[in-house]
Amino acid sequence: MNQRPALDLSGLPTFGHGPRSPTWWGTLGFMALEGMGFALAAGAYLYLVTLWPNWRLSAPQPNHWPGTIVTLLLIASLVPNHILNTYAKRCAMRPVRIGMVVMSLLGLAPLVVRWFEFPALNIYWDTNAYGSMIWVLLGLHTTHLITDVGDTIVLTVLMFTHHGYSGRRFGDVGDNVFYWDFVVLTWIPIYLLIYWLPRLG
Amino acid sequence: MSSADLTSERDLPPEREASTKGDIAPERDGPRDTGMDDVSLHRWLARTWRTPPGIIGALSSVDHKVIARRYLITAFLFLCLGGLNAVAMRIQLSGPQRGLIGPDLYNQLFTMHGVTMMFLFAVPIVQATGIYLVPLMVGTRNIAFPRLNAFGYWVYLSGGLFAWVSFALAMAPDVGWFAYVPLSGPEFGPGKRADVWAQMITYTEVSSLAVAVATIVTVLKQRAPGMSLDKIPLYVWALLVTSFVVVFAMPAVMITSTFLILDRLVGTHIFNPAEGGDVLLFQHLFWFFGHPEVYIIFLPATGMVSAIIPAFARRPAFGHLGLVLSLIAVGFLSFGLWVHHMFATGLPKLGASFFTASSMLIAIPNGVQIFCWLATLWDGRPVIRTPLLFVFGFFFTFVIGGLTGVMLASVPLDLQVHDTYFVVAHFHYVLIGGSVFPLLGAAYLWFPKITGRMMSERLGRWHFWLAMIGFNAAFFPMHIVGLWGMPRRVYTYPAELGWGNINLFISAGAVLFFLSFVLFAFNLVHGALRGTPAGDNPWDAGTLEWATSSPPPSYNFARIPVVTNVEPLWAERGALPVASGLRVDARELIISTVAEAHPDIREKSATPSIWPLLAAIAVGATFLYSIFTPWAIVWGAAPIAVTLVGWFWPKGDPEDEE
Repeated sequence: MNQRPALDLSGLPTFGHGPRSPTWWGTLGFMALEGMGFALAAGAYLYLVTLWPNWRLSAPQPNHWPGTIVTLLLIASLVPNHILNTYAKRCAMRPVRIGMVVMSLLGLAPLVVRWFEFPALNIYWDTNAYGSMIWVLLGLHTTHLITDVGDTIVLTVLMFTHHGYSGRRFGDVGDNVFYWDFVVLTWIPIYLLIYWLPRLG
Repeated sequence: MSSADLTSERDLPPEREASTKGDIAPERDGPRDTGMDDVSLHRWLARTWRTPPGIIGALSSVDHKVIARRYLITAFLFLCLGGLNAVAMRIQLSGPQRGLIGPDLYNQLFTMHGVTMMFLFAVPIVQATGIYLVPLMVGTRNIAFPRLNAFGYWVYLSGGLFAWVSFALAMAPDVGWFAYVPLSGPEFGPGKRADVWAQMITYTEVSSLAVAVATIVTVLKQRAPGMSLDKIPLYVWALLVTSFVVVFAMPAVMITSTFLILDRLVGTHIFNPAEGGDVLLFQHLFWFFGHPEVYIIFLPATGMVSAIIPAFARRPAFGHLGLVLSLIAVGFLSFGLWVHHMFATGLPKLGASFFTASSMLIAIPNGVQIFCWLATLWDGRPVIRTPLLFVFGFFFTFVIGGLTGVMLASVPLDLQVHDTYFVVAHFHYVLIGGSVFPLLGAAYLWFPKITGRMMSERLGRWHFWLAMIGFNAAFFPMHIVGLWGMPRRVYTYPAELGWGNINLFISAGAVLFFLSFVLFAFNLVHGALRGTPAGDNPWDAGTLEWATSSPPPSYNFARIPVVTNVEPLWAERGALPVASGLRVDARELIISTVAEAHPDIREKSATPSIWPLLAAIAVGATFLYSIFTPWAIVWGAAPIAVTLVGWFWPKGDPEDEE
């Protein structure tokens, strides 16, 4: 059909940060569906809690210390994470490189402590449903932790190559910051469910 | 709206200057389409957007139309397989105590029928239609995250093959499409059959979720300039709401199937009441997905109806806002009904009453939609063509299914007919009437766009009447035999019960219904090969997909349209306003603002890549292996990581860099 020019877009930028970029929305979409997965797993756990009056099913209490250390590490990591974000918005290469290295290390550190969290649960997954559920919750979050740390490391390497000098890459750094917030945020309720809810019973 | 409104000061973001500051390489600018003549423009865009030649090229395609065509064909083949399952079951049931099929095979047949129709046909085909149409209808050049979309297709294909190869090896799931524990649990479900169900479900839902996210972002961020929220076509609204329902419902079934395989594979006790688990938890989790699932299938179909009716009633849809709000209301309410699938499990009475009320409540927005459509037809000058015939078929059939739905929402009646053929009749009226009939109408409507040729109208009318008569002959008597007490999922019945004649009649209807699909398949092939050329807009419809050629070129639109009305082609009959200023040597498209669709960014869309296929193979192999050992997750992690890095690592194209 016939066309008439009505709008000139030649001056538009080629990338944008945060909600302006489609990647940010895609990340938000995946957070929504993964968050739903967390909520349902937590819901299943609480459903079983309400069903059995003697919840914990005579299992010993979990040792909360490794989990508490992970929690503190994750919360502390939010500060450099957001400093990194401001530099990413400014497309400043040097501080972004430093920030990415720091965030990779701050991703690995809780993973190392996480290794000690599983034995600290003081129960196996196949002992009873209580054991199953806390292993599932911890496993679910560990999967997120591993994938995001892997992603952060790959992006860090990328930022040290010539591919880093692009608005898109700085946008990716911003989205990585955004996703790390999600990994930290989802941990808090799971931490409370795993270590503190059983202490109520 | 004038073009000046679209580029006012506040729309051009302050960070516009940021693109020239900071540590970023300057944009290597290429030729723009401004003032370019049509022939050169076509030549440039065709070269930039083409799918590379050869087998590797074809496997690397990220064109939403190519991927959608594959999805549509694959889903249609799964429909045929699921249909053959049904025909086999109907032959076995056509008389009392027939010995054609034994109980073991029969269990696999009805499970595969349900699994195939729900997970491999219904959801993929409505999503595939959206993958094809949504980018065209919102006036963009490709779907958001094209490689994720390609990955979704490969995952879906391999998940489907996995299920059907299992069937060929007589290890198909035999526990019903919802695979309740304890039947599917480690104690009563020996062998690998329930594992096949669990992993195939988890795996194919990955594909559904990927498509849902891509669709949401396409609709929110890639609309043509000027297509503010109130100008989004109703079909696109339907797909948007559906995608949100997918995002919040599908994780439930993935959690369910993952819990199931953990119980079966590593000995967790989540569904084991002897060790503090619970079997009803499975049903809650499954139906928290399962009920929205019905609307995941139904909402896109209402979008199709909302596209067909204005085109053939020759006027815009009556009550556009009401239709949109109904879609959103149905999307929300669909999450509040799941317990009505569990009335027979002895739930507390108050809970049952709540879910009865909410089940009846959802009939209200659905009713609003039906009345809006009727008003559109009433006020228009309807042209009765095959798509509209199928919409009439939809009205008739879906209303019957809706009425039995309101009946089943009442607990005492539900308890009486639970697990009988009455329920089978109800959900086939709702699913086939509510979704398959609009889908068939949509096939006739959009076939010319996809192939450039028309389907036969005469065969279309035969198809419609054959389908209508065959369907009702097969399924209406099931209400009666259900009320007589015939349970579902039995492979035979004794002659003394007197169900022989009515079942013979049902089977004859089923064969007739199957033949209607054979006729449809013939019409599809005949139309694609011999149909009369369609031209750009054979129905003189008003939405953007009809503004481009049939079939559309790889880049969809030579110039991105500027939208001024909800039916842009009817509002701008003289000449379509278009935007210019995009590069033609790189895959550029427009990212716009969420509510107003003001143009915001010239974004580069991803180039073809083989990595999504390799990633799907790595993920698929991991899932397959995980049926046998949990260590598969550990061994599979490395190839998955490698393929994902290969996927995201920039290759130096302008699309990767800027």
